[in-house]
Amino acid sequence: MELLLAIVVGVLYATGLYLMLRRRLAQLIIGLSMMSHGTNILIFTSAGLTRSYPPIVADGSVTPPAVFADPVPQALILTAIVIGFGVTAFTLVLSHRVQVVSGSDDIDNIVPDHG
Amino acid sequence: MLLAAPIVVPLATAILLQLLPYRPRLHRVVAFVGALGILAAGMDIFLRVERTGILTLQVASWPAPFGITLVADTLSALLVVMVGLIGAVITGQSFSGVDPRREALGYHPLIHILLMGVAGAFLTGDIFNLYVWFEVMLIASFVLMALHRTRAQLQAALTYVTLNLIASAFMLTAIGLLYGQAGTLNLADLARAWPERRTPALDAALSMLFLSAFGIKAGLFPLFFWLPASYPTPPPAVGALFAGLLTKVGVYSMIRVFTLLFPSGGHAVYTVLLVMSAVTMIVGLVAALSQPDFRRILSFNLVGHIGFITVALAMGTAESIAAAILYLLHEMLAITALFLVGGWFLRQRRTATVAMLGSLYRAQPAVAAIAMVPIFSFAGVPPLSGFIAKVSIVIAALGGGFYWITAAVLVTSLLTLLSMAVVWGEAFWKPAPADDGHARIDRLVAAPAAALAVAMLAFTVAAGPLSNLTRRAADELLRADGYVNAVLRSR
Repeated sequence: MELLLAIVVGVLYATGLYLMLRRRLAQLIIGLSMMSHGTNILIFTSAGLTRSYPPIVADGSVTPPAVFADPVPQALILTAIVIGFGVTAFTLVLSHRVQVVSGSDDIDNIVPDHG
Repeated sequence: MLLAAPIVVPLATAILLQLLPYRPRLHRVVAFVGALGILAAGMDIFLRVERTGILTLQVASWPAPFGITLVADTLSALLVVMVGLIGAVITGQSFSGVDPRREALGYHPLIHILLMGVAGAFLTGDIFNLYVWFEVMLIASFVLMALHRTRAQLQAALTYVTLNLIASAFMLTAIGLLYGQAGTLNLADLARAWPERRTPALDAALSMLFLSAFGIKAGLFPLFFWLPASYPTPPPAVGALFAGLLTKVGVYSMIRVFTLLFPSGGHAVYTVLLVMSAVTMIVGLVAALSQPDFRRILSFNLVGHIGFITVALAMGTAESIAAAILYLLHEMLAITALFLVGGWFLRQRRTATVAMLGSLYRAQPAVAAIAMVPIFSFAGVPPLSGFIAKVSIVIAALGGGFYWITAAVLVTSLLTLLSMAVVWGEAFWKPAPADDGHARIDRLVAAPAAALAVAMLAFTVAAGPLSNLTRRAADELLRADGYVNAVLRSR
């Protein structure tokens, strides 16, 4: 499972960076969000995958079970997702503005004569 | 609660500004008073740190390392004071007028959100929280930058946003890997746990990820190209705020994270940083010399001077880190003042192209005298603060046996002097190319930069005590035990 997720992370980073190097605005935004998803899965994977052991202290016990899934990475990812959501919303608005002002979705052609 | 004040005050100010009915004058006063509040809170923290040593606050009483800790050591306290000072100067600048459209769209609250992000980044003792403060600061800066209509400004905003998001992704990647191996996010706990749990491969990968992430934010070669492309486009006050505070957060994070996680001076990351910084200095200043526009000259100078700070960090001795902090403080004052001076040029002649300026000295000698302080100090003319800061770096480099670094620093200083001499000669001394009636710079416009000039003169006069202070800050950074104990004992 770790290996599979590691490959997924690698593919997401590579695709994200490739898309960011393209000239279209839409590809830039998709690339950015793919990279942030890749990062989230990386945090999830690197903190260790523990299936079906929720971090819940059983009734009558004061300590959690011997094996339990670490809740901290999930909290980190949740924070990162919320931040990523806000940032993506902002880049969408910004690119809409760019598209309206320049009449094109070509990043290298926003300022004429500097293309 | 005390330690949270530099974060709570700007947040409260931003919320209050959103609630108040929109009257420009009212908003300017509230924003300015809020910034003075940050300055007061920063001074209070600084004085307490001076008296009692490192201060900590366990947020919501969650004991370290489980909750988020706020920590103020000498370095953090000094920098929070700077946040308040620069915040007050920038909000003070708005009394002389802000583009009404920007002001109505939430210019003042955004400035305060940005100040909150910067203060939070300086105070936090938790590496994931550091990432969150980076994002707070970035979102505010994105919006400030994108409140624009022209194509050039949008292009700059897009570059700025993309590069900073990539840097954030790198930083988050490094944090994820770090947590996976060390099992903690508290910086003090990491400083304790990382040396035991690290593997050489992961250590190398992490140091490079942090170096790239902070290097992009700070503007190091070869990662700086977004900076001169984006900093000259926003209005002068916003440019001054970005130049004075934002890149410095990248430098601060480098100092904080590297001294805690990679404490031995022999770590490979310092060698890489040393080479990168030396190239940054030379490339930045050579590029600055070929620029026609004052704001672009400043942006490249800013890049080059970031190299001064990181080169001193990379040398890794107590002396050199003290010099880095001294330079950091000088640079924050000088570059903010210079960007504001760039605003004068725009106001007066509607251009910042130095060849088009002239005779400002004859027109307004008092104003020229104010501008002279940051320009000559930045150039490193004795006895001003820039000279003192540069000399301390040179002494540290010679003391540590880094002779080629000494040579690079001296050459770069010479290039800075040249660059600033060109600006002074072109903008102030030479007769104006066309006498098409220049607007006068009134007191309200000149006051904020004048306040910074006074601060720089105070820096010069108090150089002795100040360098003792930075020496103490460097000792605290190099002996991480003090930091670790201060955070973890208060559980």
